[in-house]
Amino acid sequence: MSTSPTYMKCDLCDTEKATVFFSQVADGKLQKVNLCKKCADEKGVTDPTGFALADMLEGMGEQSKSEVSAVDSEELTCPSCGFTQSDFKKTGRFGCSDCYEVFDEGLDGLLEAMHKHTQHVGKTPSAFPELPDILDLPESKTFSTNTEEIEASPVDKLSALKQALSHSVEDEDYEEAARLRDAISQLESQIGDS
Amino acid sequence: MAMRFSTLLKNPAEWMQTPGPESDIVITSRVRLARNLTNRPFPGWARKEDRITVMEEVRPPLESLTEMKDSFSEEMTKLSAIEKQVLVERHLISREHAAKGIGCGTVMNRKQTISVMINEEDHLRMQAIRPGLQLLAAYRSLDQIDSTLEGELPYAFDHQYGYLTACPTNLGTGMRSSAMLHLPGLVLSEQINQTIQGANKIGLAVRGLYGEGTEALANLFQISNQNTLGTNEKEIIEHLNRVIMQLIENEKNARMKILEDRPTMMQDQIGRAYAVLKYAHIITSKEALNFLSMIRLGCDLGFVPDEERETINVLLTEIQPAHLQISAKRKLTAEERDILRADIIRTSLNRLTPPDFGTIITDREHEDDE
Repeated sequence: MSTSPTYMKCDLCDTEKATVFFSQVADGKLQKVNLCKKCADEKGVTDPTGFALADMLEGMGEQSKSEVSAVDSEELTCPSCGFTQSDFKKTGRFGCSDCYEVFDEGLDGLLEAMHKHTQHVGKTPSAFPELPDILDLPESKTFSTNTEEIEASPVDKLSALKQALSHSVEDEDYEEAARLRDAISQLESQIGDS
Repeated sequence: MAMRFSTLLKNPAEWMQTPGPESDIVITSRVRLARNLTNRPFPGWARKEDRITVMEEVRPPLESLTEMKDSFSEEMTKLSAIEKQVLVERHLISREHAAKGIGCGTVMNRKQTISVMINEEDHLRMQAIRPGLQLLAAYRSLDQIDSTLEGELPYAFDHQYGYLTACPTNLGTGMRSSAMLHLPGLVLSEQINQTIQGANKIGLAVRGLYGEGTEALANLFQISNQNTLGTNEKEIIEHLNRVIMQLIENEKNARMKILEDRPTMMQDQIGRAYAVLKYAHIITSKEALNFLSMIRLGCDLGFVPDEERETINVLLTEIQPAHLQISAKRKLTAEERDILRADIIRTSLNRLTPPDFGTIITDREHEDDE
C-alpha cells in the first residue's frame, strides 16, 4: 500500500478513504463533510431521518482538538470547574463561563452552524464597555488572505469581499463563501445604515 | 412581604384577563433572558452546595426589585408536585424546572407578568409574559430588570460571545422571544405543516403548547427565534414580529376561505364542539382543549359573543390536570380528573350563549338549494 495516499481522507477518522460526501444547508449555510463508509454508518449519515450535521460538528471539534495520541490522560479540562471536552460531547452544555475560553478552539464552527454570526452585537452590560467597531473584532481574521490587506473605506472593503467571494465559489470552498457572504451582508447593512 | 402559594393561585394571571393587540390570534407574547454568574459552575454541572450558594446570592436582589414588590418566592423543594405543575400550566416555569430540587427556586410577581427561574439550565432564566402581540413591551420590562440586576450580580459576559450560557445555542443575547398563536384556520385548511417548515427555514422554531417536544393541542403553536448570537434584541423581535404579522394574515385568509368554500363544515365543527362540551360528563384534556379551540374560533368569527372569549381563556388553564387537583384540594386519578373537567366545563357553558350561525347559513344554503 502506498504510504502517502492520494485519495481524500475521512474528516472524522483521518485514515480511511472518504467515499461519502455529505453537504447540508442549515440556516442558509452550506456545510460539507467527507466521510469513510464506516464513520458514515456510525454517525448515521446514511440514515437521512435522524442526522443533523450540527450534531456531528460537535464531535469534530473534539477530534481536531485531541491531538490524536494522548486521549485519556491529557484530555482538555477546564481548570475552573473540571469540565472536559467529552462532557461537552455528552451533554452539549458547558460547565461554567470559563469553559468558553478553555474550549474556544473549534467552537466557531459549531457556533456558525447554530447562529447567524459568531460575534455578539446585542446588549452589553455597562460593566463591560463596548468595543469601537464590529469589523475590527476577531471575526476579520477568518477572512481569506486576499481580503486581509484591505483597509478603511467600507466600500473598498465590500468590493474586495465580493471578489474574494467569487474566488471561493470558483474554488468550491463553500464554507469560506458562506462566511464571506455573511460578512458582505453585515457590511452592506452597515453601509446602508450610515 | 412574600406571598403564599394560595394567594398566587387566587390571582388569575393578568394575560388571561386583559386582551392585548391582535389577541384574537396571538394569545401571549413571552420573552426570556438567560443570565449566569461568573466564577460559578452552571447549574447542570454544579454540585448541590454550588447551587445553594448561587440561589442565596441571587434571591435577595431579585426579591428587592421594585417589579417584584409583593412577590411569590420559593425554593423548589418547598413546593409540592402539584404546585409545581400548576406553575408549568401557567407557563411560569418550564417542565424541566418543575423536576428540579435542592438549590433551585422561583420568584414571580403577583400579576404573574414576570417570573424568574433560579438554577434551571442557567443561573437565571427571567421571563416576561404579556397578552396578545407585545413582544417589544415584554422585552422592555425585562430589560429594565436585567439592567438593575447587572449592577448587583457579576454577570458572565464576553465581548465575542455575549452573555455566556450553559448551552451555546443561547449565547449572545441569551434571549428567546416567542408568541403563542391560535391557528385553527391553517390547521383545518391543512396548511400548517407548510407554515411550520417555512418558519423553520428562516431560523424560527415552532412548537406545541408546552414547548419543546410537546404536542400541538388546541391548535396552539409557539413560534420563537433560534438565533441568539450575531443579532441584537431589537432585530430578533422585529423579525419575529414581521413573521407573526404574516401568519396572522395567512390565518385570517385561511378562515375566510373556509367560510366561503365550506361554511357548513366550519359551522359543524363549532356546533359539535359546543354540543360535546355542554353535555359531556367525561372528557380528557386533549379533547377539551381541541373543542375549546373551536369555540374560540366561533368567537373570532362572530358566531359566539365576543365577551365569552375570557371564559374560554380561563377554562383553557383551569381544566388542566394540576389546576383541577388544586381546585379539588386532593390528588385525583385520571378518570376522576376527566369527570371533574367535564363538570367545570358544563357549568361554565351553561352561562355561555350558544353559537348563532345566523345569516351566513341561510345565504349559502339558499343558493345551494336553488
